[in-house]
Amino acid sequence: MLRLITNFIAGGLFGAGLLVSGMTNTRKVQGWLDIFGDWDPTLAFVLGGAILPMAVAWNIAARRARAVLGDELPGKPGSEIDRNLVLGSLMFGAGWGLVGLCPGPAIASITWGGVGGLVFLIAMLAGMVVAPAFRTRLNAMAAALG
Amino acid sequence: MQIEWIWGLVGGLMIGLAASFHLLVNGRIMGASGIIGGLVDRSGWSTWAERVAFIAGLALVPLLVKPVYTVVVETNITENLYAVVFAGLLVGVGTRLANGCTSGHGVCGISRFSLRGIGATIFYLISGGLAVIVFRHLLEVI
Repeated sequence: MLRLITNFIAGGLFGAGLLVSGMTNTRKVQGWLDIFGDWDPTLAFVLGGAILPMAVAWNIAARRARAVLGDELPGKPGSEIDRNLVLGSLMFGAGWGLVGLCPGPAIASITWGGVGGLVFLIAMLAGMVVAPAFRTRLNAMAAALG
Repeated sequence: MQIEWIWGLVGGLMIGLAASFHLLVNGRIMGASGIIGGLVDRSGWSTWAERVAFIAGLALVPLLVKPVYTVVVETNITENLYAVVFAGLLVGVGTRLANGCTSGHGVCGISRFSLRGIGATIFYLISGGLAVIVFRHLLEVI
């Protein structure tokens, strides 16, 4: 039960932050990506503001073996920038730029995002359903090409 | 404009504190696409209840904040539903293929100097910028 509450708190604070920062407003997101148009720098402050406390948290985590609730802390990240990372990020960015929503804000704004928000979420979930098969196909194609 | 960057900073700090809490208390990396995707393709089924609790907080708590928040809260999503479907599919497949999105690779990755996080962020920013140029300025569909 405690774990459910702490997960709810983390998700809740994340969602509140997404709303306050402007990340659920697709016009602001596209304004930040629109470097040749009327550029809106707000999102630089969002990313900077989010990275600061998280850098401190990683520092604290480095000196501990376990999280407060007893779970092992995540290990070192991989360092390989492979094909799936590049292709996946390029696809994600294209969708993000086209509509201005990424996964977190898509959920956070679902109660007021209207039909567009709902359609986006359903399409995103569908994309996540087919992603494992897409990955398998891609790996097979790459293997065939040598 | 002047007040908007302050809200961006305040909201950003809240996002960072949420990610810090999720790491230090729950022992997890706060990546939205991973938390949702693990439910959708069942790869994270062993922790389904915690994932659902996280998503419930993510969807419900903004509702409580919304009435007291003074800045624009509209999502302003384009009315072009073809674009919405196409973008949703790209975001769903792309984030799962890359194993992360703005929160996982961006916030949690960059803050620990992860090469994959920094690399992913560079690539999705480039294609996001290109998408706005192509779809807004050249094709004018959004």
